[in-house]
Amino acid sequence: MSDRTIGRAGFFGILGAGALGLFFAKDVTGVLGRAVPASVSALVPTSGWRIYTVASMPNLDPAAYRLRVDGIVESPKSFSLADLQALPRAEQVSTFHCVTGWSVQNVRWAGVRLHDVLKAAGARTGVQALRFVSAEVPYEDSLTLMQALLPDVMLAYEMDGKPISRAHGAPVRLVMPEMYGYKSVKWVQHIELARATQPGYWEQNGYDADAWIGRSNGFGA
Amino acid sequence: MPETSRGSRIARFNRTERLLHWAHASSFFAMLATGLILYLPSLSTLIAHRQIVKNVHLWVALAWGAAIVLILVLGDRKRLSDDWHEIETIDRDDRRWLRRRRAPQGRFNAGQKLNALLTVAFGLLFALSGFFLWFGERDHRFIFAGTGTVHDLLTLFSVVLLVGHLYLALIHPSTRHALRGITVGDVDEDWARGHHAKWVEAERRSTLR
Repeated sequence: MSDRTIGRAGFFGILGAGALGLFFAKDVTGVLGRAVPASVSALVPTSGWRIYTVASMPNLDPAAYRLRVDGIVESPKSFSLADLQALPRAEQVSTFHCVTGWSVQNVRWAGVRLHDVLKAAGARTGVQALRFVSAEVPYEDSLTLMQALLPDVMLAYEMDGKPISRAHGAPVRLVMPEMYGYKSVKWVQHIELARATQPGYWEQNGYDADAWIGRSNGFGA
Repeated sequence: MPETSRGSRIARFNRTERLLHWAHASSFFAMLATGLILYLPSLSTLIAHRQIVKNVHLWVALAWGAAIVLILVLGDRKRLSDDWHEIETIDRDDRRWLRRRRAPQGRFNAGQKLNALLTVAFGLLFALSGFFLWFGERDHRFIFAGTGTVHDLLTLFSVVLLVGHLYLALIHPSTRHALRGITVGDVDEDWARGHHAKWVEAERRSTLR
């Protein structure tokens, strides 16, 4: 090998490894999470979760929390956390996929199905969409009625056996595992029952309204 | 040029080379700062205006790409191509130097060659993975399993490289004389003879001819 080819081979070797890494590198953060002490993982994302906010992070008091449900209803209703917990409890294990490419496998959620929320709120006929408004103004997103009633969609108040933490949307967040995470609105404090969906925060910035997790993303649907 | 008590100076990097270095360096720092805000949970929740930070990161990336292309096209192309030829060539002396033996070095020592090869490769891979991070959010068929991981690991490796680079350029007593080469353009000739003997010798022969 000539002197020149050594450097050139190294250069193209790194380029090739990096390009292959796009398709084959697994999320190393999950592995790191088990290997590094908690003090480091508080600083650098290692557990797989990354916390994204678009405004300052809401700090809602669970005791004072109210979920307002209005729009196409008999009359607007307001639910405390205890009211929601009194509705039939649903549990599920699902994987969370972020649109930026990371995922967290097997997250345990507990909460209520939208079907029970709609019933308790006195939804009238004509509802075609649910608009979820976050306490993190101006974050919001919408699901069609069909999407919201899928069997693994819920308004969650527990994550991995504990009340949802502030960073994950305390006290109540939406969980829509079949779509990318930006559809799973955190810090939900208002649900409007409407005739049609409205573009959410990220959709106004160019994202898809129907964020189904495709088969091409390397994780499987 | 004023003579100093340290003796004469020898030109090391011309305007094109210095411009390329500083265009890359300033863009890197701007993207590192905005990238860390997007990446580290403690910073991303503190700063919080994700969309704005994201846009700054993207516009700096575009400016970086445009600046590099402009310098490559409008700058001293012959000189840059000679540089790259030298950087790619890891000769016997370089291989001895890398094994920590004494060996005369050219205008770039073997460590600088490796740093340059890695920096260019990382720059291209940053651009590639960054493009798919951006595009994948718009067309989900282009979300690949490792895009984020590659971008994150490149950041980690680049910061390690940068820390070493800054230490050698600013602090290490026997190498920090090189800093003048990338700011003003010339270095102390005696220092150069000790650290880059083959280069100084070649320069001398070419001026005598």
